[in-house]
Amino acid sequence: MKYAAPTTIDEARTLLAGDADAIVFAGATDVVPQMRAGRPEPSMVIDLKKIDRLMSVSLDGDTWQVGAAAPSSALTSNAAFAADFPGLAEAAGLIGSDQIQNRSSLGGNLCNASPAADSVPALVVNDAVAVIAGADGERRVPVADVVTGPGQTSLAHDEIVVCFELARPAGRTSDAYLRLIPRTEMDIAVVGAGVRLTLDDSGSVSAASVALGAVAPTVVRVPAAEAALVGSSLDDASLAAAAAAASDACSPIDDKRGTISYRRQVAGVLTRRAAGIAADRIRTRNGQNGVS
Amino acid sequence: MSRTHVNCEVNGDAVDFLTEDGESLLNALRDELGLIGAKEGCGTGDCGACSVIMDGRLQCACLIFAPEADGASITTCEGLASADELHPLQQCFLEGAALQCGICTPGFLIAAKALLDENPDPTETEVRYALAGNLCRCTGYDKIVRSVLEAAVQIRTPA
Ligand SMILES: Cc1cc2nc3c(=O)[nH]c(=O)nc-3n(C[C@H](O)[C@H](O)[C@H](O)COP(=O)(O)OP(=O)(O)OC[C@H]3O[C@@H](n4cnc5c(N)ncnc54)[C@H](O)[C@@H]3O)c2cc1C
Ligand code: FES
Ligand code: FES
Repeated sequence: MKYAAPTTIDEARTLLAGDADAIVFAGATDVVPQMRAGRPEPSMVIDLKKIDRLMSVSLDGDTWQVGAAAPSSALTSNAAFAADFPGLAEAAGLIGSDQIQNRSSLGGNLCNASPAADSVPALVVNDAVAVIAGADGERRVPVADVVTGPGQTSLAHDEIVVCFELARPAGRTSDAYLRLIPRTEMDIAVVGAGVRLTLDDSGSVSAASVALGAVAPTVVRVPAAEAALVGSSLDDASLAAAAAAASDACSPIDDKRGTISYRRQVAGVLTRRAAGIAADRIRTRNGQNGVS
Repeated sequence: MSRTHVNCEVNGDAVDFLTEDGESLLNALRDELGLIGAKEGCGTGDCGACSVIMDGRLQCACLIFAPEADGASITTCEGLASADELHPLQQCFLEGAALQCGICTPGFLIAAKALLDENPDPTETEVRYALAGNLCRCTGYDKIVRSVLEAAVQIRTPA
């Protein structure tokens, strides 16, 4: 196996295009454990961390550009970013330990295409767009359209996710992400729920996004839960309707982490709680990431 | 297998070694440089026994391809003590009985150092979260946590 560390996107793409068995990596926190578990070794591993644009996290006008290879810790330690997207920062801060968060990237979390990837529901509710470099230049794809199934993406072999574009939230908008794991740290989500809300001046919900992880082959948006929230004042009946819609949207698997009926129920509970947290953040505007 | 010549700084010394491209930094440290403090507990990022600080960031050496270290600055547990004095973390681990078999200890020491470098006065909860990526099968963690808190006090208020 060869190791390559290109410093430009073009160079990385040329290496990838020239070798059908080459792969790109950022933190290798999925790549190395998969190789250890017996996945065939690639002919070449192409390190994306020497490419500046893939590592930078910056605010460009009203749009955050998050480099696809930037480590989670670059997001959790960026106070301005975490104030705009507390739920997304929270999700990045749930990935593994400090050791992992100093390597794990959003690009890797998305492209590894695990249904349980923690950052993906939080990216989806924030309408994040993946900027993808390919043979014909760059294309922009909603994050929700990148993963097509477990371990499968819509990327061509020689395409690379460069960065994520996230429009700064409008006034009175915030997000939250919650996941259930059997212990406090270092586990894979049984269910993950991302919610983003916008409240109008009277405190009613004027816009809502809900996305669930680990309950279907890909992360799922839940339009019925969004509809239950919009127009409401987050009263018990609306929250219960949103929770029921979230439970209904699940097509989970039964495994050692949770049964189908358990996952369905938890999806509803987390959706409801995450909506409450997002609303509290808007009301108090402290927007801080309170979970490590 | 391709081979790469890697130049880096380990515990303040300039070093170089030749490595197969697919080798982990952990194996390169142990087999090429003879630094056998960092251990392989799992090889998959779960146990933290291989923890090192590379370019200021705590990482699992088992997940780093050795050629990534070219140009980097690395601290391993061998770099904690000075010529004739243990680091306060090491001394407190000894006095606080924070180790039994010792396999996990180099990783805990480095993770604790990374924490105290950032946060010299952590709460017990912060210590526990910061060490969540390090597993210990012997001690039950409590003595480790207490020893890190004691070392933090000693580092803040040198004798
Ligand atoms: C101990 C441990 C705990 C973990 N805990 C969690 C957790 O709690 N939640 C969670 O969601 N995940 C967890 N993970 C999984 C993993 O850390 C995350 O999925 C992480 O975000 C992957 O990022 P990476 O940069 O390390 O990916 P890599 O391993 O570098 O890459 C993963 C995949 O994405 C591809 N890829 C990477 N970057 C790009 C790009 N820019 N363009 C195109 N393709 C790309 C690679 O080719 C590869 O197929 C854990 C892993 C470990 C080892
Ligand atoms: S050996 Fe690296 S984390 Fe266990
Ligand atoms: S002392 Fe034995 S594993 Fe920690």
